[in-house]
Amino acid sequence: MIDVIDLKKSFGKNNVLNGIDITINKGEVVVVIGPSGSGKSTFLRCLNCMEDPTGGQIIFNGVDIADPKVDINIHRRKIGMVFQHFNLFNNKTVIQNIMLSPVLCAMADRRKAKRKNLFSKTKTPIKSVAEIKKEAEENAYKLLARIGLEDKANAYPSTLSGGQKQRVAIVRSLAMNPDVILFDEPTSALDPEMVGEVLDVMKELAQSGMTMVIVTHEMGFAKEVASRVIFIDEGVIKEENNPQDFFQNPKHPRLKEFLSKVLM
Amino acid sequence: MNFDAKFNKFIDILINQNGYVKVIEGLENTLKIAILGLVIGIVIGTLIATVRVVPKYKMLPRVLNSICTFYVGFFRGTPMVVQLLLFYYVALPLMGINLPSVSVAIAVFGLNSGAYISEIMRSGIQSVDYGQMEGGRSVGLSFSTTMMKIVIPQAVKNILPTLGNEFIVLIKETSIVSFVGAADLYVAFNYIGSNSYEFMVPYLAMAIIYIVIVCIITLLIKFMERSLKKSDRRN
Repeated sequence: MIDVIDLKKSFGKNNVLNGIDITINKGEVVVVIGPSGSGKSTFLRCLNCMEDPTGGQIIFNGVDIADPKVDINIHRRKIGMVFQHFNLFNNKTVIQNIMLSPVLCAMADRRKAKRKNLFSKTKTPIKSVAEIKKEAEENAYKLLARIGLEDKANAYPSTLSGGQKQRVAIVRSLAMNPDVILFDEPTSALDPEMVGEVLDVMKELAQSGMTMVIVTHEMGFAKEVASRVIFIDEGVIKEENNPQDFFQNPKHPRLKEFLSKVLM
Repeated sequence: MNFDAKFNKFIDILINQNGYVKVIEGLENTLKIAILGLVIGIVIGTLIATVRVVPKYKMLPRVLNSICTFYVGFFRGTPMVVQLLLFYYVALPLMGINLPSVSVAIAVFGLNSGAYISEIMRSGIQSVDYGQMEGGRSVGLSFSTTMMKIVIPQAVKNILPTLGNEFIVLIKETSIVSFVGAADLYVAFNYIGSNSYEFMVPYLAMAIIYIVIVCIITLLIKFMERSLKKSDRRN
């Protein structure tokens, strides 16, 4: 689904990623770990071009999205992202947060379809604005029910706890029906108590077959949910393995050292 | 002549000699210039502020940015009276355009406040956490859509008091439009004064009208702030 070929990223003279090659298949849960400053977050943010790569290719569904000529917004609809600090829209209620992008994107597509209909004989059916909104709203309520927060639909993000915010952020990205979701340290900014509820939602997602790339420090979670774990250090993938071998028989000395330092 | 006599003279001219028509016309022009100027200013200011915060990797944003820098530099670097005179007596005649002085005043006030509001708006946009932009972009919204729907509404909430300040400044600054012959409050009360050779009461009344307008605006801003606060914290 995503082919990363020789991905490079530098900020000025600081080379953060020095050539990363990896293929992420449909339905896989790839967990990325590494020491701080190793480039794991940058790697993840390059996958949806939140950071523009300075070299290499990212082939997503057959298109190189690292190419600046590609309309990245179209592809980002299919690549969800969950942030460390949630980044919910503070001026919108929970339900508006979830509905905003589906509605706006559907409206943009509607305008495009209308324009197309003007010039072609085969008319594509056009949904009314009310229909689009209703569909998005129904879907949003369904998603909220999935995380048990229907009663918070009309609350503003500032009134939610960290765990609730992160769960809403997860369903916000789900509302776009993405092919893959990127998680950038989703539990690092949470109180310890609230980590569990977020991880549960992610576990359920993984079981439903969602493709996920997760940067995290939750080793236990990685062991349990990952189908593959990769270790990034100094901007390259130092080790890549299934979780059992990864944690029990680490081969690279740097990984051994890293694992000996983190609590399991 | 004591104050009572002066006051009676003022009332006499105001009511019996059609002074009130002038005052209403002046009030109308003052408000028209300030309000329309503010609206134009907000539009221009928001556009400039957006250009200023766009990442500048490509050529187009860079060119636009230097145009905006020049624009802001010019309008903040010269007094508004000078701009008004330049437009009315230099720029427009050179272009062969003939506009009523009130329209010119509206345009100049808009252009001028646009320069100031662009900086106010820029600080507002920068006060919004960058994560808001990232959140919007991550779900496939474009830069401009995220700006319009997410960042600017939050920015406006943050800068509302300063924006109110700008509006108040504009209201008061309208007293310079008589330089190009537009009839504002000053012209109206000056008319009354010169008809009676008595300026004390008319100018006092003028000051009171300005104060009342500003008080009303202050209240309106407070009201708007309160209604925008609802997303802030536990309500």
